Amino acid sequence: MPEVREYAAADYDVVVVGAGHAGCEAALASARMGNHTLLITISLEMLAFMPCNPSVGGPAKGIVVREIDALGGEMGHNIDKTYIQMRMLNTGKGPAVRALRAQADKAAYHRSMKATIEAEPNLDLRQGLVERLLVEDGVCVGVVAATGAQYRAKSVVLTAGTSSRGKIIIGELMYSSGPNNSLPSIKLSESLEDNGFKLRRFKTGTPPRVVGNSIDFSKTEEQPGDTTPHHFSFMTPDSMYLKDQLSCWMTYTNGTTHDIIRQNLDRAPMFSGVIKGVGPRYCPSIEDKVVRFADKPRHQLFLEPEGRDTDEYYVGDFSTSMPEEVQLKMLHSVAGLEHAELMRPGYAIEYDIIEPWQLTATLETKVVKNLFTAGQMNGTSGYEEAAGQGLIAGINAGLRAQNKPGFTLKRSDAYIGVMIDDLVTKGTNEPYRLLTSRAEYRLILRHDNADLRLTDMGRQLGLIPDARYAQFTAKKAAIVAEKARLENTRLKPKDVADFLEAHHMPALKDGVLASDFLKRPEVTYADLMTIIPAETPVDRYVAEEVEVQIKYAGYIDKEMQSIAKLKRMEAKKIPANIDYEAISGLATEARQKLTKIQPETLAQASRISGVNPADAAILSVYIEQGKIAKVHA
Amino acid sequence: MATTITEYDTIAAISTPPGEGAISIVRLSGENAVQTAETLFKGKDLTKVASHTINYGHILDPDDGQVVDEVMVSVLRAPKTYTREDMVEINCHGGIVPTNRILQLLLGQGARLAEPGEFTKRAFLNGRVDLTQAESVMDLIRAKTDRAMQVAVDQLDGDLRRLITNLRQEILEVLAQVEVNIDYPEYDTDQMTTQMLKEKAEMVLAKVDELLQTASQGKVLREGLATAIVGRPNVGKSSLLNHMLHEDKAIVTDVAGTTRDVLEEYVNVRGVPLKLIDTAGIRDTEDKVEKIGVARSRKAITQADLILLVLDASQPLTPEDLELLDATADKQRIVVLNKQDLPVRMELGDRVDASQIVRTSITTGAGVAALDTKIADLFNDGIENSQTTLMVSNSRQIGLLRQAKVSLQAVLDGIQAGMPIDLVQIDMTAAWDKLGEITGDAAPDELITQLFSQFCLGK
Repeated sequence: MPEVREYAAADYDVVVVGAGHAGCEAALASARMGNHTLLITISLEMLAFMPCNPSVGGPAKGIVVREIDALGGEMGHNIDKTYIQMRMLNTGKGPAVRALRAQADKAAYHRSMKATIEAEPNLDLRQGLVERLLVEDGVCVGVVAATGAQYRAKSVVLTAGTSSRGKIIIGELMYSSGPNNSLPSIKLSESLEDNGFKLRRFKTGTPPRVVGNSIDFSKTEEQPGDTTPHHFSFMTPDSMYLKDQLSCWMTYTNGTTHDIIRQNLDRAPMFSGVIKGVGPRYCPSIEDKVVRFADKPRHQLFLEPEGRDTDEYYVGDFSTSMPEEVQLKMLHSVAGLEHAELMRPGYAIEYDIIEPWQLTATLETKVVKNLFTAGQMNGTSGYEEAAGQGLIAGINAGLRAQNKPGFTLKRSDAYIGVMIDDLVTKGTNEPYRLLTSRAEYRLILRHDNADLRLTDMGRQLGLIPDARYAQFTAKKAAIVAEKARLENTRLKPKDVADFLEAHHMPALKDGVLASDFLKRPEVTYADLMTIIPAETPVDRYVAEEVEVQIKYAGYIDKEMQSIAKLKRMEAKKIPANIDYEAISGLATEARQKLTKIQPETLAQASRISGVNPADAAILSVYIEQGKIAKVHA
Repeated sequence: MATTITEYDTIAAISTPPGEGAISIVRLSGENAVQTAETLFKGKDLTKVASHTINYGHILDPDDGQVVDEVMVSVLRAPKTYTREDMVEINCHGGIVPTNRILQLLLGQGARLAEPGEFTKRAFLNGRVDLTQAESVMDLIRAKTDRAMQVAVDQLDGDLRRLITNLRQEILEVLAQVEVNIDYPEYDTDQMTTQMLKEKAEMVLAKVDELLQTASQGKVLREGLATAIVGRPNVGKSSLLNHMLHEDKAIVTDVAGTTRDVLEEYVNVRGVPLKLIDTAGIRDTEDKVEKIGVARSRKAITQADLILLVLDASQPLTPEDLELLDATADKQRIVVLNKQDLPVRMELGDRVDASQIVRTSITTGAGVAALDTKIADLFNDGIENSQTTLMVSNSRQIGLLRQAKVSLQAVLDGIQAGMPIDLVQIDMTAAWDKLGEITGDAAPDELITQLFSQFCLGK
């Protein structure tokens, strides 16, 4: 075979490689910021495809989608247009942990995102397999596709997902493949290694899909969607809320299922030693669960429709890489699935990731300048985590193309900030998933206030159109005004006498501020409005915000104080290229870790495991006002 | 979970050399130095006084409002201070006991015990110390921090470490349960209720309280059980005092406060260290009018852990006797019915439990041995009756335990106020972090690891 000849295809400001959830956000952000952008991907049919669960959101992840929307990203809009079921989770708990989750129509989600990208003026979409980075003097200047096309760019975003040297495993069967039997990307990994990147193998998996009309739903439990409207995007009106939602269904494994799994463990790649990649603890295969939690008599399964125009059902929580023959037996042992017909077997997939400590908080690599990476190839798991990183990488690639300083989110700004800081500061030993417990300030990082936290930033980046910004500003003003009204309105005992009596509470002796009255656990904002109605009632989002801010002020203040301290440490920047070998007094482990991670601030340095308080103190002395640092630089 | 930030804490330490001196200074530095001192100070409002002034007043224990010491407090506001931060210096009366007590109260109010050299480090970081000293400051930090950590760990008794580790594990399991309910709301794991959280917080709080109790026992072992001999004039207090001083040749030390006329003397009764308080008063008041004697006794009673109430059994009860019986009713006391060599004319009725009574004639020596035995028994019972014999003794541990206690109390307050569980959890996590600081255990991702080993989760 003759060698493929390379040719100069086109010049762009920004090239984004891979059109999964990370790549789509990156490309849209870059283009919307005014950069001439190319989005190139292995298969256009796989654009914004969901190779695993047909859902978006959930605890922490749902808040990430809100954050993406608040910054001007696309995921929230897109799911609001294409979901088939919507549920607000954790409604019985506090405001910090409420989270939205939608069941997606997979095909519609893909089509809608593809249409949005096609309609974006500054954005070109192309099918192609990128095999090589163009790097000159440590700076990435473009990519080369398998066809020989060279695309030069001021900055490049890689979002290769699980296709990097991907390998699918089903029992004894193993073959080279990207997600859902797509073409894998082999040479790109080699190009990364050639450029000095440290890669490692991760593993993830997906459950089987079955035919809906072969399921006996009468043996399962129905989980319908919410009737009260909720949306991911702050811009979606209630009139768009879907009335005819599809249900999910719940069933359980049983002793027979577990016996089948135990009898076939010698054929399970997870246990026979075939799979070498590290799998996630929070997303274990069913065989893993049965082994690790041997005394658990049953495990929950969720049957989720994959879309409106298909009868394919996703068997949630049944991820497996057992041989197909065993998967069938396992499925048929489950109530409701006795006669289930398999459409696609479950599989495990192994793939390459870039060790994420090789990145800065802007998601630019420290190894090659002007190269940004995002999504699953940075070691995360989940569409939302990928999209959040994609947005940040796209923004920064766009800023770099315009020679502007980078944009980062702090741990106290957003879950996206928590995730990126975790990745670049600590690295990860398993596919990283966001959990609410990873956030120190989750009462600040709420679902309801994502716009208050981030929309001003999105506006400055040029991602928030005027009309939207005007609406946001009006909402902000309404919150301030309504809060002030409650903080300045005094309720007389007789004003609340009826309310208190109806709720079997003792009468007031003295007057009380409306805001203080609202702090009582049994009093809601709606209750208060029956006593002191607003002249023009505020909308429910404003009401929710006012209620949360007043009711939980004590806890919010506590977190704000601790954030204020953190910000001062974040403000202590560590100069680039600092020579840690030259700092006497640092412990050896700290020296090694600091050299490896190259933290950007003192706060980040102190979060590195192995850097103890004495090391942080010495470092802080060293960088004091940058004076000593300059001597060594 | 939480990031510990030490840079901008308010720090506190005793800055005079250890041991007995006329005056000791407890020093605070940091943003909240003045507010922290003010929470314990009775006198002028320190937050309003001019900078670089010295202010007379008292330090009060916030728990019971009792006076801990009479003090002079200097308020020094940034930037013209050693550290260039707000500083407060509390001049208290010498003696390890009041000085430590004040330090611990400050730590309980949120100050952090300064690491060795930390005042100097801050002075440097805030640009006060010459830059050329940088290298030596680094060496100082390295050496002192490492040593301080080593000392802190060495001081942690193995059993105490186990106890705190177990408490943390108990909290951790609760935290993981709450987290799993939040992150996996649809799973059939048990729901952690506020009731369960409340029970756990109460259990841990009780343990922390117990440990703080042992802290005072530890203090007793080192510094003696504060003991007051009280009674009307001429009932035999001086004789009793002389007996104790005479019997015990090994007087540890005697310390006179420089501005107060309180004298403390240390004796050892059957191996039990006693710190006799206001011995000067015992001597003085023998010839003064009764009212002064009783008033003075009352003061001694408030300061004492053990009261020896001496009554003259040869006289009927006087109103002053009754007053003292009343004043000591809630205290640990021994009622010494003295002058048994004379005809007994006193009728106590059921005012005093028989177990609290010892009959003596100090002049003849009758019953004196029984008194010594009683004192020793009381002390040893106290130690054995506490459920743990663990000792928490250093200020750092005590300060952290107190802060854990504050957080646990906040958990209970939050539940009481009907706050949702994930908010109450914030304070539970803070208590867990504080306990972790005692043992130095704060493994990264501890909670997440627990989450996935405790529960079976995932798709």
